[in-house]
Amino acid sequence: MFGYYLDLAFRSLKRNKVLTALMVIAIAVGIGASMTTLTVMRLLSGDPIPARSAHLFYAQIDPDPTPGDRKEPYDVIDYQSAVDLWSAHRADRQTLIIESPVRMRAPDVNLPAMMPAMASITADFFSMFDVPFQYGNGWTAEDDTKRAQVAVISADLNQKLFGGANSVGRTLRLRDTDVRIIGVLKPWRPSPLFYMVAGAHYANGDTADLYSKTEDIFTPFFTGLELNDGNFSQYTCWHLPDHPGHLRNSPCVWVRLWVQLGDSSKVVAYKQFLDGYAAQQKVLGRIVRPQNTRLRSLMQWLDYEGVVPSDVRLQTWLAFAFLAICLFNTIGLLLAKFLRRGGEIGVRRALGATRGAVFAQCLVEAGMVGLIGGIVGWLLTLAGLWLVRQQSVPYADLAHLDASMFLLTFALAIAASLLAGVLPALRASRLPLGLQLKTL
Amino acid sequence: MQIQPILAALRRHRLATLLIALEIALACAVLCNACFLIANRIALIHLDSGVDQSSLATVQLTGYEDNQANDLNARVLAGFRGIAGMQSVSVLNSIPFGARRGTAGMTLDQAGQKFGGVVEFYVGGPGSLEALGVKLVAGRGPQMDDFQAFTGLMPNNASVQITRTLANHLWPGADPLGKTFWLGDLQYRVVGVIDHLVRPDPGRWPGDSKDWSIFVPAQTGVFLSGSYLLRADPKDLPRVLREARDLVRKVAPDAVLDQDGSKTLDDLRTEGFQKDRAMIGMLVGVIVSLLLATALGIVGLASFWVQQRRRQIGIRRAIGATRRDILHYFQIENFLIVSGGIALGMLLAYALNLLLMQHYELPRLPLYYLPIAALVLWGLGQLAVLGPALRAAAVPPVVATRSV
Repeated sequence: MFGYYLDLAFRSLKRNKVLTALMVIAIAVGIGASMTTLTVMRLLSGDPIPARSAHLFYAQIDPDPTPGDRKEPYDVIDYQSAVDLWSAHRADRQTLIIESPVRMRAPDVNLPAMMPAMASITADFFSMFDVPFQYGNGWTAEDDTKRAQVAVISADLNQKLFGGANSVGRTLRLRDTDVRIIGVLKPWRPSPLFYMVAGAHYANGDTADLYSKTEDIFTPFFTGLELNDGNFSQYTCWHLPDHPGHLRNSPCVWVRLWVQLGDSSKVVAYKQFLDGYAAQQKVLGRIVRPQNTRLRSLMQWLDYEGVVPSDVRLQTWLAFAFLAICLFNTIGLLLAKFLRRGGEIGVRRALGATRGAVFAQCLVEAGMVGLIGGIVGWLLTLAGLWLVRQQSVPYADLAHLDASMFLLTFALAIAASLLAGVLPALRASRLPLGLQLKTL
Repeated sequence: MQIQPILAALRRHRLATLLIALEIALACAVLCNACFLIANRIALIHLDSGVDQSSLATVQLTGYEDNQANDLNARVLAGFRGIAGMQSVSVLNSIPFGARRGTAGMTLDQAGQKFGGVVEFYVGGPGSLEALGVKLVAGRGPQMDDFQAFTGLMPNNASVQITRTLANHLWPGADPLGKTFWLGDLQYRVVGVIDHLVRPDPGRWPGDSKDWSIFVPAQTGVFLSGSYLLRADPKDLPRVLREARDLVRKVAPDAVLDQDGSKTLDDLRTEGFQKDRAMIGMLVGVIVSLLLATALGIVGLASFWVQQRRRQIGIRRAIGATRRDILHYFQIENFLIVSGGIALGMLLAYALNLLLMQHYELPRLPLYYLPIAALVLWGLGQLAVLGPALRAAAVPPVVATRSV
C-alpha cells in the first residue's frame, strides 16, 4: 500500500510543479537556516570532553578578605589557597592552571621571537583531560616539585617551528630559561577551551573568544611561575598588587583549580574538604566568607558561566521562528493542493477507500515534500556552514556537519512536513463525498 | 465594494484564512524585532568614538624586560619621530578598539563602599590626549606637571579628565570639576571633562557605559611602555605605520612586535565590529527570506481560491460585475486578512521584544516600528495577491453558463 501511496504522491507532485517547488523551497530554506544555526549551537554548547566531563569539577573558594555580602566567590582563586588545596592531593587527580604570554625562541630555528600563550599546569593535567600526544609524553609529579625545565608544545607550534617533525628532546628558550621539549600534542581542540573558562558571565554575551585554540606551550606550574614571573595578569585584586605581574603572594585571584573525582561520595568528601579548608582559613583570619565554596561539575560550570555567545543563541531563535513561518506557509500550500484534488479524493472514497487511507496518502505526499525539502535543505545547510567558516570568529574552523546532524536534517525536514501535513490531510479526508462527486 | 460578502466568504475558509493571518502575524513580530536589532547594531558600528581615528594607528611591543622599558620607550619614540609625515608619537596604555589594559572598578569614597562603576583608565604620556583628538568641553587638559612618574600599575593623586557620560553617571546634575574618586587607595581629582572617549571594547558594554573612560596623565616608564599611539595625516597613515613597523626591528630588536595589535585604529575598529556586521548580514537575510516566504504563501493560497471560485466569479461577471470589481474583491479580501494578521502581529512583536529585553541588552521597541511594519506587510500582501487577482479578473462571464 505504501508503495502505491508513494507512486500517487509522486504523480501528484509532478502534476503541479510550481506549487511543489514552492513547498520544497519553503521547507528547504527553513531547514537550511535552522540546521545551520543548530549545528553551530550544538558545537558551542556541547560537552567539550564527553568521556570525562562527569568526573571533572571546578573548585572555588572566596579568598577576598574585604567584609561584605557576596553571593558568589570570584571565578578563580588566589595562589595560596590554590597551592594549599592542590598539595593536599585529596582528589583522584588535580591540576592548577595559570596562563601568561611568554617570549619564546627556538635557538636552532631561524625565526624571530614570538609571544605565544603558555599554560603552566601540573602533571595530572594531561591524564585528567585526556590530552592526546603525537610524540613523547607529559611530565611526572616529581617534575612538578623539582621544577623540571621541560615543556609540552601544541601541534600548531610544532608545525610552525619544526615543520611537524618529532621535536622531542629539542630546546625552547622561554624568556631567559632553556626548556627541553618532552612532548608534542596531537591537534587538540576542545570546544570551548573549558579549562580556561572564567569571567564569561561578565562578557555581556560576547564569549566567542572562549572557543579559541589551546595554548601553544605547556610547562610545569612552578617552572612556568618562576621563569615568567612578572608577566602574569590577575583576574581581579582586592588591593592593587605592590609588584604588578608578580602575583605569588598578591591580594589577587588568578589561579584555576580543576579536580577529577571518581564517584559521588568522593564529590561529597571533596566539598567537605573545601569547606573545612575555608573554615580553617577563617580561623586564621585570611577568609571572611567560608560559606562561599563551590564545586561545580564541568557542565555546571560552563552553564553557570553562560559560554554560548548571545549572538549564536539569538540566531538560533531567529532561525526557528523562520522555520515556523515556513511551516505555516507549507500548511497553507498543502491545504490548497489537497483540496484542489477534491474530485479525485471523492472518486477514491466512492470506490471504497477509507478516510484513514486518504489521510495516509496525503501524509505520504507531505512526507515526500519533506524528503525533497530535506535534500535541498541539507545543501543549504552546507552552504550556511561554509558562510560561518568565512566569518572571523574563533570557532569558524569547527563549523562542520557531522553524521548525527546530517541525519537530524532529514528527520527535522520530514517531521516538519508531516506536522504541516496533518491538518490539510485531515481536511482532505473529511471532504463531503457526495458533493465532490457531483461537481466532477 | 461591500465588505460583508467578503467576510461571509472568508468564514467558509476559516482554516486557510487563519493560516495566512498567523503567518503574517509571525512575520510582523520577527520583522519588527529583526529590524530593531539591525538598527541597534548599526548604531553600535557607527558609535562616536570621540577620537580622530582615521589619523591614528598603534604599534604594540611586548617581550622585553621591565628594566629595558625606559630604554625601549626612548628608542622607539625617537625612531618613530624621524619617520616622514609622522605628526606625533606618544605612549598610551589602552587603545580605543585595541589593547585594553586599564579596566578597573572605581569608588567614590576612600573606604571603597560607594561603588562608582567599572571604567577604563587610559594612562597616557605627554601628547597622547592631544593626539587622540578628543574634545574638551569643560575644565582643562593635562599640563606638563600633571604627568608624574609612578611605580605601581597606576599613578596616584593625579589630575584626570573624564568623559561627560561618566561624569553624569557619577555625579548626576552636579559639576564634576574638582570632584575626587578612588581606585583602591589611589586618589584622583577631576580637572577636565571630555565629550567622548570610547572604551577599547565598546561592544561588551551596555548603553552609556561604552563611553565610561578616564584619562590619567603620567610619565612613561616601566608600566607605561610598549603601547604607542601614532598620529599622521590619514593619507600618509598606512605608509607611516608600515615604516614604523619595519623600524621596530632596527630600534628595538629585542622586543616582539604584536602583529595583530599593531594596526590603524580604523582597521582595529572594523575588526572589532566584524561579528556585528555578520549579524546584520544574517538578519537582513532572514528578513528577505521571510518576506519572500510570506509572499509565496499568499500567492499559493490566493491562486487556489481563484481557481476554486472560477464559477462564482463567472456568475458575478455575468450579472454585471466589472473586471475592476473582481480585482478589488481579491485585493480587499487580502487586505482584511493581512490586517487581522498585523493586529495579532503587533502584540506578538511586543511580546518578543520583552523576551529579547530580558535576555539581551536591548532597549524597548520604539512604537513607530509597528506602523512601518504594517505598511510593509500590507504592501507585500497587495503585491503578492495582484497576480492571482488579475487572473481572477480575467475570468470570462461565459464560465457561468458552463456546467464546469
